[in-house]
Amino acid sequence: MLRTFATALCLLTPPALAGEIWVTNEKDDTISVIDIETLEVTRTIPTGERPRGITFNSDHSLVFICASDSNAVQVMDPDTGEILHDLPSGADPEQFVLAPDDRHLWIANEDDAVTTVVDVETRRVVAQINVGIEPEGMAVSPDGKTVITTSETTNMAHWIDTDSKTIRANTLVDARPRHAEFIKDGTELWVSSEIGGTVSVFSTADQAPVAKIAFAIQGVHEDLIQPVGFEVTPDQKTIFVALGPSNHVAVVNAETYEVEDYLLVGRRVWHMAFSPDHTRLFTTNGVSGDVTVIDVVQGEPIKTIKVGRFPWGAATRP
Amino acid sequence: MRKIVRNAAPWAIGLTLACSGGLLAEPLQVRVGYLRLEEPPRAVLSNLDTVPADLGIAGARLGLADNATTGTFMGHDYALEIVSLAPGGDVVAAARDMAGQVDLILADMNAEALLSLADLPDVAGALIFNVSDASERLRDADCRANVLHTATEAAMRSDALMQVLLAKRWTKVALIEGPGGADAALAAAYRASARKFGVRIVSDARWDDTADLRRTASAEVPLLTQGFKDHDVVLVADAADDFARYVEHNTWVPRPVIGVTGLTPVAWAPVVEQWGAAQLQSRFSDLAARDMQPRDYAAWAAMRVIGEAVTRTNAADASALRAYILSDAFELAAFQGRPLSFRHWNGQMRQPIPVVNARAVVGSAPLDGFEHARNPLDSLGLDAPESACTAFGD
Repeated sequence: MLRTFATALCLLTPPALAGEIWVTNEKDDTISVIDIETLEVTRTIPTGERPRGITFNSDHSLVFICASDSNAVQVMDPDTGEILHDLPSGADPEQFVLAPDDRHLWIANEDDAVTTVVDVETRRVVAQINVGIEPEGMAVSPDGKTVITTSETTNMAHWIDTDSKTIRANTLVDARPRHAEFIKDGTELWVSSEIGGTVSVFSTADQAPVAKIAFAIQGVHEDLIQPVGFEVTPDQKTIFVALGPSNHVAVVNAETYEVEDYLLVGRRVWHMAFSPDHTRLFTTNGVSGDVTVIDVVQGEPIKTIKVGRFPWGAATRP
Repeated sequence: MRKIVRNAAPWAIGLTLACSGGLLAEPLQVRVGYLRLEEPPRAVLSNLDTVPADLGIAGARLGLADNATTGTFMGHDYALEIVSLAPGGDVVAAARDMAGQVDLILADMNAEALLSLADLPDVAGALIFNVSDASERLRDADCRANVLHTATEAAMRSDALMQVLLAKRWTKVALIEGPGGADAALAAAYRASARKFGVRIVSDARWDDTADLRRTASAEVPLLTQGFKDHDVVLVADAADDFARYVEHNTWVPRPVIGVTGLTPVAWAPVVEQWGAAQLQSRFSDLAARDMQPRDYAAWAAMRVIGEAVTRTNAADASALRAYILSDAFELAAFQGRPLSFRHWNGQMRQPIPVVNARAVVGSAPLDGFEHARNPLDSLGLDAPESACTAFGD
């Protein structure tokens, strides 16, 4: 199972369980803040309407929240929970990614088939790029030169050049792509396809397909195995993939592209975030309204934490 | 438990596309015709629900817009030609006119007209999508190899309703049947589905349509329902959505009324909002300034089926698209939580059936626990062994 991986982690220092997991509750217009040490919700913070994507800046002094139905990205002081200001986001922002320069926020506007680029300092829209229908997944390469938008109904990953802010290439993926990440120092792009039931891996140098990962869980019909969010371990060797209404998270070996294990979590699992030391993984379970805590070393779920209605995004605050 | 696919399917070509189709010399033209034979106006008691003039057509337009966006990245150029004939219009003549220009046709018409269209030599090589007719015969002995159905068949919906009743253990049903031929066909579908899932019709009654129920329902419906044996629900076979609404809340004993009012199985409804459906609903209402109805959904789905097949095969001819659509590789994301595909035995599109009331989705069939050897969606509607269709081969 996870033995090699587990052994490697055991050599590390014992976990320093500090920090928080911030979870957006789509149907409560709140954020639940989970204390990683006590595994309890310590704060519930009101947000704009329908919060989904959430991310911190690199020094964690600010948190950005996609308030989809408020048509805004909200900027919050994580210490006080106070909304400092809204950023112009374009209509219906769902998901976003902050460039490594901490300056440009790239936002998927789900209802408008547009990716919006906002300068978070001047608070102005820098560019809007036409993409496919229902853009959702957003990723930025480690060198900051390429941003990916996936569009759910067009079934593509759009490769956007960040200097010219134009689309450089488009790659077809399976139906309803939801999430994208650059891994292995940016040499590979991984894209999950919810209805296709697969994760596609591309070589970023030439956008060529490298592998396509499918999933099979005993007793669950393949149509219900719907990959959504995924998270990568710091050594880039293991990828945890949330499988939606199959209520499982897959553990994928990033080197062999083989699925090594399936972990049972709550209902309709969406997105995930690691504890700062990467020994715990927190999954948002939309339908059951809770968060499952996975012990990464043992490869098993250890606790369920009740949060708000329809938890969606998750982000780590050390 | 382990499964890995590396470009296994012949369709999984690693297509990287230059933006705006710059590498393609000429855009691929995909021309689709929408041929509608309008229905005569329904004579119904209530004036509340009018039939939109662009019913079906608006759905096709939205599908066209969705496809066109993808087409800009692929170098595919989509066009939709719409022909709408007044009731009694000449479908054959219109189809002959269309046949020279398009070989992908969305047919919005009754079963008779659809068969006259499908059997025309001029359109033998075309691919026709039935976006409106629910009758069993088109999926059974009267199926045609050049006709696929994105409209749901009546049995898919009646099966979905029975799954919900069975899941709730509401298994004793009183059936009221309307006076028309279409009401009898609907009642027959309900009876067949009830048998299939072990739901019992404990009593039945005929409704005759002489009174104005808007004024007399509170007097007449209790009398009609007074004699029913002990029952859990009242199921009304009212194909035209004429009188069922007046049965609700007027029954002798307080029971839910189901069928076309109360709890109802539909291909699509305004209350469907999960699985990203809210996006489709808002795109549709932006375009059409009204709610999306089942026929709009069927027409949208047909356009998206075409678009998905063109995108994956880079072809626009009917035979290549048909082969891909009927292959195992085909799947369409269509905001119902499961991929849609086509039954290889009769060309019916598989889709979940939301069972809804006016304000919410009560369940989406297939419900948990209703299994099928091939696909749980095949627990709804005419299954391979039941269908007399042979036009699709084995």
